[in-house]
Amino acid sequence: MNPPATNHALLTVTDLVKHFPIRKGVFSRVSGAVRAVDGVSFSIPKGKTLSLVGESGSGKTTTGKMILRLIEPTSGAIRFDGIDVAALPKPELRALRRRMQFIFQDPYGSLNPRMTVYAVLAEALAAHNLAPRGKRRARVLELMDLVGLPPESADRYPNEFSGGQRQRIGIARALAVEPDLIVADEPVSALDVSIQAQILNLMEDLQDRLGLTYLFIGHDLSVVQHISDYVAVMYLGRIVEMGSAETVFQHPVHPYTKALLSAVPVPDPRGGKQRIILTGDVPSPINPPSGCFFHPRCPDRQNACTSTAQSLVEVGSEHCVACHVHAAPGSISSIG
Amino acid sequence: MTQPILSVRNLRVRFKSDKGEAWVVDDVSLDVSAGKTLALVGESGCGKSMTALSILRLIPSPPGKIASGEILLGGRDLLALPETDMQAIRGAEISMIFQEPMTSLHPVFRAGNQIAAAIMLHSELSFAEARRETVQLLAQVGIPSPEERADDYPHQMSGGMRQRAMIAMALSCKPSVLIADEPTTALDVTIQAQILDLLKKLQEQLGMAIILITHDLGIVAENADEVAIMYAGKIVERAPVQDLYSSPRHPYTVGLFNSLPKLNAQRARLVPIPGQVPAATEFPAGCRFHPRCAHAMSCCTKEVPKTLDAGAGHSVACWLYDTSTMSVQGRPVGIPAAEAAKR
Repeated sequence: MNPPATNHALLTVTDLVKHFPIRKGVFSRVSGAVRAVDGVSFSIPKGKTLSLVGESGSGKTTTGKMILRLIEPTSGAIRFDGIDVAALPKPELRALRRRMQFIFQDPYGSLNPRMTVYAVLAEALAAHNLAPRGKRRARVLELMDLVGLPPESADRYPNEFSGGQRQRIGIARALAVEPDLIVADEPVSALDVSIQAQILNLMEDLQDRLGLTYLFIGHDLSVVQHISDYVAVMYLGRIVEMGSAETVFQHPVHPYTKALLSAVPVPDPRGGKQRIILTGDVPSPINPPSGCFFHPRCPDRQNACTSTAQSLVEVGSEHCVACHVHAAPGSISSIG
Repeated sequence: MTQPILSVRNLRVRFKSDKGEAWVVDDVSLDVSAGKTLALVGESGCGKSMTALSILRLIPSPPGKIASGEILLGGRDLLALPETDMQAIRGAEISMIFQEPMTSLHPVFRAGNQIAAAIMLHSELSFAEARRETVQLLAQVGIPSPEERADDYPHQMSGGMRQRAMIAMALSCKPSVLIADEPTTALDVTIQAQILDLLKKLQEQLGMAIILITHDLGIVAENADEVAIMYAGKIVERAPVQDLYSSPRHPYTVGLFNSLPKLNAQRARLVPIPGQVPAATEFPAGCRFHPRCAHAMSCCTKEVPKTLDAGAGHSVACWLYDTSTMSVQGRPVGIPAAEAAKR
């Protein structure tokens, strides 16, 4: 059930689970759990981009953070270039983090306001012993040039930069250690459209030049379609549909994917497209519905959906869907 | 065009800070008619929210000041009214919903009571009557079991639910103009679709004019009748929605469209606008867009372009469309065809 070719995969995640315990009372007894991520599996081939999409609370950021073990998984396996990340002891994990980097959503909150750009970038180099002291400044300037920051701004503080430029600093910091994988958590959500396009182009250029692999986390489907090779759609901690970006966007099968795509406003006033408006809100991950988590909001639900959850079923090449109605083995609506 | 219910004429708003003076809204004119939606579009810091707050006279003063202009509601100039008259207009004739539904409801009062209070302020109703009206409103905005929900505190509601409660409050006195400032930016797309659908239905029922402030050109295409594009405190282009999307004139508008990744389109490289929006204290002279504009000429750096009529309710403030300058330059009027064809 790994749609992208597993043999060249840089990263493979199997049955990843994160339950955050809820503690109550004087003795902080565990009274329940927030099932943030509930059995997620996917793999990313080297040099490609997989996007996790979904609404707030779908577990996409938690998944991203678990891959770098910024959050410890409850269970599940993470294999990065043949290394079992989940079982790695701390010192080796630190060395491995050189190869896996994170870009944060908020370019305002993720930079230390008291450190100049030079200090931010040089710290990353020093932490992993990547450039001897004498060559550090040259390397920092090279990095700044790579992401399109003027070299004369090396000694400025983050507050002197605009949002787009701060995001460039965040990207330069991630690139400083020459990583193979970058987990980018909503890197353009806080930016205006004209600046968003600059950053998306930069990320694509860097991927081409440096052969980077991206795990891109996003909620703006137009942006996700633009940047991804593969897409996994998440709902309440589970993947409901996954496949090549083209297939998922052109021929969505899961009712949630269809609703999500139809909800995106299209910048064309002649529009006239059919909108599926879902009723209700996303349920709480503390007490998710029985069976398929989407069934209370699903327009196509049947009896089976309320009792048992369907796992991902292959419905075409590089395309799998978790749905009783549209992707049950042998169902007519599965596309070949 | 029908008689506009609200007209803004040559509005100028000035802010003073230790970095100097900033004209955050500069010579802005707008009209919106009953039952119609005007979208005010622009990136952060372009002055769209400031324009909205000025209409309600809610600019924090000092440091802000409405320096000149007129805001006409049914022929009355709101800028000339005493503050007490203005209080009677806010919430009753012109209402506003805000971007952040969590911070715009008071956290320690029950949602229903906040709405009832707004009704009582603008009517003679008793609390019991206002309360009944509130439950009806909550039902109208699609909140399930409204009697019970009226007793909820804001933190007990989801984001979409809170925005519905805000809309109920804003509509409680049947305003003739509703200002919606990024009403769905904080919401997920499926919830955003619900809220925009609701606003459209309510507009049909109540016949109000809506000023929709947004940065999302998708939302504009699906919800607006007319669009005004703002850049650095000025309106650079105004047009009926169909016309703006089929033939954008201003280089900034064209740039915005080129920056946009499109769903279900062939994957092509985006064409961003170079540079960034200047700070309000550092707006350049002449056309404020000229440092980022690929077509900037010498006149753009010195003189502010006039707003030119491009026909059929379409107007644009750009030297490229000024026949007098272009003939002097010996160039054809408008953006060169190759550039415009990119989108």
